[in-house]
Parts: sequence; C-alpha cells; structure tokens
Amino acid sequence: MDESILSFNNITMLFPGVRALDNVSMQFRKGEIHAIVGENGAGKSTLIKILAGAYQPTEGTIEVLGQTYSAHSHYTPHESLAMGISVIYQEFNLIPYLTVAENIFYGREMTRGGFIDRKQMAGETQRLCREMGIELDPRTRVKDLSIAYQQIVEIVKSLSRDVKIVVMDEPTAPLTNKEIESLFGIVRKMKARGVTVLYISHRLEEVFEICDRVSVMRDGKYITTKNMNEVSIKELIGFMIGRELSQDYPQAAGRGSEVVLAVKGLATDKIKDVSFELYKGEILGLGGLVGSGRSETVRALFGADRLKSGEITVLGNKRRISSPADAIKYNIGLLPEDRKRQGLVVGMQVKDNITYGILRVLSKFGLVSAAAQKRICLELKDSLKIKTPKITQITRNLSGGNQQKVVLAKWLATKCDILIFDEPTRGIDVGTKQEIYSLMRDLTKRGKSIIMISSEMPELIGMSDRIVVMHEGRVNGVIARENFSQEKILEIASGTNGKGGATR
Amino acid sequence: MKKGFNFRDILATYGILIVLIALSVVFAAMTSGQFFAIENVFNILKQVAVVGIMSVGMTMVLLTAGIDLSIGSIAGVGCVLTAALLLKGVNVWLVVLAVLAISTATGMLNAFFINELQIPPLITTLAMMTSIRGVAYLITGGMPIFGFKSDILVLGQGYVGFIPVPVIVMVIVFIIGIIFVQNTRYGRYIYGVGGNEEATRLSGISVKKIKYIVYSISGLLSGLAGMVMLARINSGTPKMGQGYEMDVITAVVLGGVSISGGEGRLGFVIVGVLIMGVLTNGLILLNVQEYVQWVIKGLALIAAVGFDRFTQQRKVKAVAV
Repeated sequence: MDESILSFNNITMLFPGVRALDNVSMQFRKGEIHAIVGENGAGKSTLIKILAGAYQPTEGTIEVLGQTYSAHSHYTPHESLAMGISVIYQEFNLIPYLTVAENIFYGREMTRGGFIDRKQMAGETQRLCREMGIELDPRTRVKDLSIAYQQIVEIVKSLSRDVKIVVMDEPTAPLTNKEIESLFGIVRKMKARGVTVLYISHRLEEVFEICDRVSVMRDGKYITTKNMNEVSIKELIGFMIGRELSQDYPQAAGRGSEVVLAVKGLATDKIKDVSFELYKGEILGLGGLVGSGRSETVRALFGADRLKSGEITVLGNKRRISSPADAIKYNIGLLPEDRKRQGLVVGMQVKDNITYGILRVLSKFGLVSAAAQKRICLELKDSLKIKTPKITQITRNLSGGNQQKVVLAKWLATKCDILIFDEPTRGIDVGTKQEIYSLMRDLTKRGKSIIMISSEMPELIGMSDRIVVMHEGRVNGVIARENFSQEKILEIASGTNGKGGATR
Repeated sequence: MKKGFNFRDILATYGILIVLIALSVVFAAMTSGQFFAIENVFNILKQVAVVGIMSVGMTMVLLTAGIDLSIGSIAGVGCVLTAALLLKGVNVWLVVLAVLAISTATGMLNAFFINELQIPPLITTLAMMTSIRGVAYLITGGMPIFGFKSDILVLGQGYVGFIPVPVIVMVIVFIIGIIFVQNTRYGRYIYGVGGNEEATRLSGISVKKIKYIVYSISGLLSGLAGMVMLARINSGTPKMGQGYEMDVITAVVLGGVSISGGEGRLGFVIVGVLIMGVLTNGLILLNVQEYVQWVIKGLALIAAVGFDRFTQQRKVKAVAV
C-alpha cells in the first residue's frame, strides 16, 4: 500500500508579482484518500492545475506513475488525462444542451457504423450510475439538472475513464448529506480499486470521515502531512491558519416577540403551501435536502420567481411582491447562493457593487455623489473587514470570502431589515467563515432578522434560533433551538418523520 | 500586488491610441504632409461627426451586451423625413422635435421587441434595419428630396469661429454621454446589465427599463445623425445612412468596448471613431479604390473584435489562478 504514485518535488510557481507556490513537496500513495487543506489562496488550486498540466511550474519536478516531469518538459493537459489523472473542478466542464450520456462520453462517443450509438452510451451510463447508487436518466439534458446532479455527472464522467488519480475540488459543497453519503461510498469503492483520491475540502469534518492522510498548505507553502488518526480538528485548523481558532458559533441573542415577516400558503411551480413566520432579531434556518425547495422559497418570497398563490405579510401589512424591486421596497434583501452569477457584477468596481442598490439615494440632480459613495464604501469596508487594496478594485480580483462580504455590504447599505442568506459560507475559508457568523449575529442584535439557508448541518444547528425543515417543496417541520439535533433534522428533511410531525 | 510597469497592460489600455498615432503618421508620410494640414484635420472631424454621434448610443447598447443594427436605417428615415417635412414648409424647430421623437420611438420599439417578446437584439435590430429602410423609401417614393431652404443646413455646413458645427454637436453628445454613463445611476446600471443581468435584477433594478433607455438613446442619436447628414449634402436620399452600423460598431469596439457587454469606456470610443475617420480619409487621399476600402474596413472590425476576445481570454486565465 505504501507505493508512491505521485510526488511533487520542490515545486515553485511564480505569477507576475505573486509567489503562488513556494518550494512545495508532497507525496501520495497508491489507493489512498489524501486530503489537501488550506485557506483560500493557500495554493491548492495552483498545485492541482500543475498536476492537470494546465500550468508549467517555474521550478521543481513532478513524478507521476513513474514518469518524471520538470519545469521544462512539456506536460500538457492532454498527457495528464491520458495518464489517468482526472480533475473534477468546482466549476463544471459540461455542455448544458447535451444529455448526461453525451456529456460523459464527450470526445470519445461510442459509434456504430459511423453513427453515435446512443443506446450503448445510455446503457453504460446507467451501469455507472447504478454502481454509485444514483438515479439518473442518461437522456436528461444537463441544463435541466440541479447543481448537485451536474456534479454527479462530472464524477461519473471521470469514472468512465480508466482513472488512476482523481482530484476532487470541494466535491461536497453543492451536495446534501444523503448525496454526500453516496459520494463517499463511491470514493471508498474507488480506493478499493487502487485509485488515489486527492480530496480538497473546506469541510474538515468530512476530511476526518473519508480521508486516510491530510496535507496542509498555507500561503503557498507546504506545512505538514499527518495520518488522520494522529491529528485533531483543532490542530488541523491551527496548521491551516497558523494560529488557534475557536470553531464555536457566536452566542445566540434570543429573538424578539414581534413577527416581522409571515408567509402563508406560498406556491410556485416548485413549492407548495409554504408557511412560516420570522421574528425580529432571529436567525431562522431553512434546512432540507438539495431540491427540497429552500432556494425556491426564498426566491419566491423575494419576487425573483413568479408566485402562483400565497400571502406575504411584512410588519403586519399584507404586501404584494412581484419583483425584487418590490421586496427591496419592503426592506427585504437576498444574498444569493451563486455569488458570481446572481450577487455581483464581478467586472465592476467594488464601490459600484456595494452601492448598486442605493444609487438612487446617492444621486443629486441625477448625478451620483462620488463623495457619499466613497464614504459609505469605506465605512462598510472597515466594518466588514473587506480585504481589498482600494474600493475602485475590480470585484473579480477579490477572493471568494471577500466577494461574499461585498455582497453583504451591498445589502447592509440598503438598510434592509430582513436579510435572506442563501448558503452564506459556501466555498469560504475557515477564518472568513467565523467573521461572517459574527457579522450575522451582530446584525440580529441590531434588530435585523435573518433567514438562512444552509446545507452544512453544523452551521445550520450552530447559527439558527429555529429551523424550518423542507421536504419535496413543503414545510415538513419546524424545530426550536432546544430540540435541535442532526438526527431530527435529517429525519424531517428526508420525510421519514410522518406527515404533520411539526414541533414548535 | 502588480508591479507598476506592465507592457501588456499598457498595450491593452492604450494600444488603440498608439494605433491612431501610428496610422496618422503613416498617412502623413505617404501623403507628404497633406494629411496633417489643418483643413484636412477639420475635414476628418467633420466626416466622423455622424459616426461619432451614433457611436455614443451604440456604446451604451453594447455595454448592456446588446447590439443595434438598425441605426443606419433610423438615420435614413430621420434624413428623408426631415427633408420631406421641410419641403412642406413646416417650422424647422417643429421638424427637429418631430424627427427626434420618432427616432426615439423607433429605438423604443426595438427595446419593446427585445424586452417583451424576448427576441435577441441581433435579430430584432436586423429585422428593424430592413423594415425601417423600407419606410425611408416609402416616404420618398424612392426619389431624393431636395430644393428646400432652411436653417437646418447650419447643422451640417455651419461654422462657429473656425470649428464646424457638426463637430461641435458631436463633442456635446460625447460630453453628455460620458457624464450620463459615468456619473448617473442609470449609467452604472448600463454596465451592470451587461456585466451581470441576473444580479442586477436581484438588486431591485428594472433591467427592462435600462434596455428601453439605451435603445431609445441609440434611436434618438441616430435621428440626430440623420439630420446632420441631410444638412451636409442638402438632399434627402432614402439610402442615406446605409452601412453606417458597420462603421459605428467597428469604431466602438476599436474604442475598447467589449462585445460581450459590461466593459469599456465612452471616452476611448472617441479614439475608435477617429481611427475610422483617419482610415477613411487616408485611403481616400491615397486614392484607394472604394471596394478595397470595404475590404479594409471589414478586416478592421475583425481585428478589433479579435483583440477584444484576446484580452478577455487573458482575463479569464488570470482569474482562474
């Protein structure tokens, strides 16, 4: 089992003005699940891109499956693929308009007599899916699949090749617990077949659950490699951030008694009869599996999706919300799940993004007041600790965590009283996560109310005052803080609690 | 984090200015200085005025990730309609107001199809280009309209001091345009719609309204450009403005506005406009055949868009790090 299959030797990678990797050496064994952890910007992605042949390192060598490549040998993505290395990126490389089967065999279609043999491709896809315990129609177009299923297609695609090394970059981020379980099953099966899995994740609990060893990176440097059983989660975080950090959630403040928002019988194409209340100063968790209608609920509430029926009451007044503009008028803000696609105009400057929703207020005689814009942005930049050299920076150049803070700043600037956070810490490193948590708590202490969707169980339990659990487009239960437990939430989310088992 | 001097960045930002200067120098050398004669410089400015005016509207449209192919036809209708009304003896101010209103409404109609019927801008304005051109021929019955005397000719032939009026009109349009795009909230939203339409909508901004605004402005300025054309040659022919969308789009893209929207500066578009003017003027001075000029102009558009794509790709790579 100790056979080395891949090693990085003294890899240094320079980008203009940045030392992305600094003399990094790491070894990987055949048939192990090896985690690489580190905060955003630690150099994990760069290392993976070198392995995938997308980058040539400035210095150092890689040994892959007995072959040695130096900075000057032309190790290409094509070669990497041919050697049996498969990288599943966070952003998928799928063709939306093609079917699942066509995507899986993209570039190496099965043919018969010169024509594409859809039947055989579908059959093979089905077999692979069954192996993973996943229900997936090979003839579905990828564009009609949820993010979770698109990820699964990516995994099946890599499995369909004769892989020796699989790199998974945050594979569980978009998945629900059930899907994660089946993913882990597959990962273990791959391991049993002798496949090496490089597992990159911010979710350390998972790393402990699935991995054999872990290597830590920080600021482009290699820190250490440990067997999973000889390190604690606290120590690991210590290695990652270079200091001790409590993984505790900020103290709940206790909610007020005033109902700021009540929805009754909300229905769209995807959800049915959704009702709940939000109290002043509370964080209301919205739990459930992917596809249970959580995002759809908040989108309907926010006027982003068309409402078929239902009533929305804000501060005691019945309101018609048919567009995001309406929602904002009643002081409701949404921080969407997909920051890049829905939350930010990444090509614009930070200051324009922050003030995007309040330019009307900042305008005098039709002209935007640059001074007022600057004042508000600097204020929010300081209070949220947004790391950017200047507020005129193009938002695209900020890290994921800082982009999330810009979205937050945008909504704080609008002075909304009801804030909806859809997966607030997805893809964000541990340190920034803590900051976002305390910011959210601070907001509730100042009288704001928050609805939070989260697929991360510890986060949901740690942050929420109450949790509304959804199942197949309906509210299947509401749990109060004193009754929180992972088992209970899962039970309700999977619909095994029996209908109407709501507890207050 | 970046060092102060980066050759490629400078090239990406100011490359177009270098092209303009190089082109001017080459033409000056080839025409033994005739090119830089003060009359010729104003001649160029006068020639680009029409393209310049229209390019301000086109820039806004492209910034929203749209396109407007109907501008040449709108200018054509503006031109013949002005001529026809003036020939009927209608008051010149009334004519100007009416033509500008109709041009704006035409632009608004473009936006209506794009917004309400969800027809892509390329198809909408391609169809409108043909239909509106047809209207221009209908107005004139296919014949040129001339023989009117009017104050409107100042717009094309007048001078203030030694500066031609059309140049002044263009400069004013640019100044108002730059202030609108840079310093008003609608200007910011124009960038936002092109940069990320969904995020803009979720920020409570009406994307439809922004599109109505930009296509209306594009229509309005095309109508204005049509009047300037008429005033310059004193005759309203129905094929006036034909093919101008090509020159305008090339100028705007040369000026660094991304065809995928959300990026670019109106200030630099002036440079793109000047390049088109210099190119046309230089080729004429060199007695290059008109058909050859077409070939060159087409290639200029390919080059401009190619350069835009090239820099976009570099950006994608840089972000992926």
